[in-house]
Amino acid sequence: MKRETVIKVDNLTKRFGSFTAVDSISFEVGRGEIFGFLGANGAGKTTAMRILCGLSIPTSGNATVAGFDIATQSEQVKRNIGYMSQKFSLYDDLNVWENIRLFAGIYGMEARDIATKTDVLLQKLNFESERNTLIKALPLGWKQKLAFSVAIFHNPKIVFLDEPTGGVDPATRRQFWEMIYEAAESGITIFVTTHYMDEAEYCNRVSIMVDGHIAALDSPNNLKQQFEVDTMNEVFQHLVSNAKRGE
Amino acid sequence: MIPFVAFIQKEFFHILRDKRTMLILLVMPVVMILIFGFAISTEIRNINVVIVSPNQSESVRQIVEKIEANEYFSVVGTLPSPHQIDRAMRSDRADIALVFDANFEQNASVQLVIDASNPMVATAEMFYLSGIMHAYFTNKLQGILPPQSIGTSVRMLYNPQMKSSYNFVPGIMGLIFILICAMMTSVSIVREKEVGTMEVLLASPVKPLHIIFAKMIPYFVISCVNLATILLLAYFVLEIPMVGSLFWLCTLSIIYIVLALALGLLISTVVTSQVAAMFGSLLGLMLPVLLLSGMMFPIENMPIPLQVLSNVIPARWYIAAVRKLMIEGLAVSYITKELFILLGMTLFLIIIALKKFKNRL
Repeated sequence: MKRETVIKVDNLTKRFGSFTAVDSISFEVGRGEIFGFLGANGAGKTTAMRILCGLSIPTSGNATVAGFDIATQSEQVKRNIGYMSQKFSLYDDLNVWENIRLFAGIYGMEARDIATKTDVLLQKLNFESERNTLIKALPLGWKQKLAFSVAIFHNPKIVFLDEPTGGVDPATRRQFWEMIYEAAESGITIFVTTHYMDEAEYCNRVSIMVDGHIAALDSPNNLKQQFEVDTMNEVFQHLVSNAKRGE
Repeated sequence: MIPFVAFIQKEFFHILRDKRTMLILLVMPVVMILIFGFAISTEIRNINVVIVSPNQSESVRQIVEKIEANEYFSVVGTLPSPHQIDRAMRSDRADIALVFDANFEQNASVQLVIDASNPMVATAEMFYLSGIMHAYFTNKLQGILPPQSIGTSVRMLYNPQMKSSYNFVPGIMGLIFILICAMMTSVSIVREKEVGTMEVLLASPVKPLHIIFAKMIPYFVISCVNLATILLLAYFVLEIPMVGSLFWLCTLSIIYIVLALALGLLISTVVTSQVAAMFGSLLGLMLPVLLLSGMMFPIENMPIPLQVLSNVIPARWYIAAVRKLMIEGLAVSYITKELFILLGMTLFLIIIALKKFKNRL
């Protein structure tokens, strides 16, 4: 099945002074795909992701996200994506409802739509009783689930998740991935970075970055076959052991 | 437009829900005004005087009475000989000794011995006491000396009672707006960077300008509340006669508040942590305001390099203009220079801050 392309990256490069963080990478991601973006710390994956989100401007190369050029149409790109940062991305001192309303408002949703959709969401998450609870009073797992829900609340074409499950217990991580699958089924493309190799197995395709290059890009099964190993962990170890950059 | 209103609302929530900060923001100006107005005072009171006089003549008695009647002085005792002055001062019993000559009735010779370990206090004490003596002699010699004798007549304009609170209120205003606007804005912007929410905002379609204006508006409102509090306190509690135009005083203050907000934004673009923002504002803004703005120490007395440096400190111009408006009651035409300098600085800072902020995206 050939999917419609929603992210197209072509020789993308980002330099900071003499340091090349991202070195001429190219790949494509299809609609509704769960695309794992892996790499050791300092391999350049966060930089690449920030460029795709319009947070950073590439030194050279092109990329289109949701059909818009990231260099010239960053406004439209931003309208069509959701973003969940590595650090926690909701406001601690606002309650659940206020956070949802704020972020939905930012993406231009109508007040009435926000209200009805919030009811549906809170019901689905079993969160109705926490509607007026301040975020800081929630456990981390709940926060992350909520942050993800908020990131896809406005129905973006693509959602970028930067290490979304850091510090979350295995059971919650499992639930989190169920939410990711559900979003992907509804047609939202998932672009996710992670350090957990079991999560890499959940992705449709995985790209592994080493020293600013993409060292491997394929489905987890193909990668395991290619390197003749049993787990993604071994694939990753194999590739990263040749890396020159440390943390 | 709806997201922008939602943003301002969010900023107000941040401030209102942080009860401690909120309390500091609203109560600090009141406390500062009261402390500087009442507790801290550069006026010198309770000066202990000892009298050294070998014989108790009528004139000596009259002078001592005059001194005792003065609210600044209290006569704590008499010493028989000047040799005991040193001990009286060392034991902290006396600040000044007034030594009358044995033949005071004939030669009217008197010596002031002052503890000058604090030169500022000593000078003030000397002036007070000489004043009393001078008044006494002038009175006494009336009719004896020819009427065209030389003398200086002193009148203190604008602050006839030499109240130090008159001097401090403009200074406190200069300090508080910098603290609240610059420090709080920079801390609140940097907090979002630190927590990671700024990244999410920048990845969203919100315009960066909206983000920062939404940040500034609540602090602007709080500063205006503070301005009103300070002016009311100054008028009703410290009884400073607001002789100048209230309209121009408020206009001037609002310009200064905007300037401080722009400074806060500028700081937030340079630093990356809340602690750095806090220290940056404290050291980079509060100290210069305290030391170089003329709030505490007269600019004219500073070494030339510091005088030159004080020109770039906005508080200097603001405080000078507030003094002119509020205390001297001058018309606005007398503060046009300060007004334009502040306006120019504000524009300059806003442009630089916005440029810097955009560069970081």
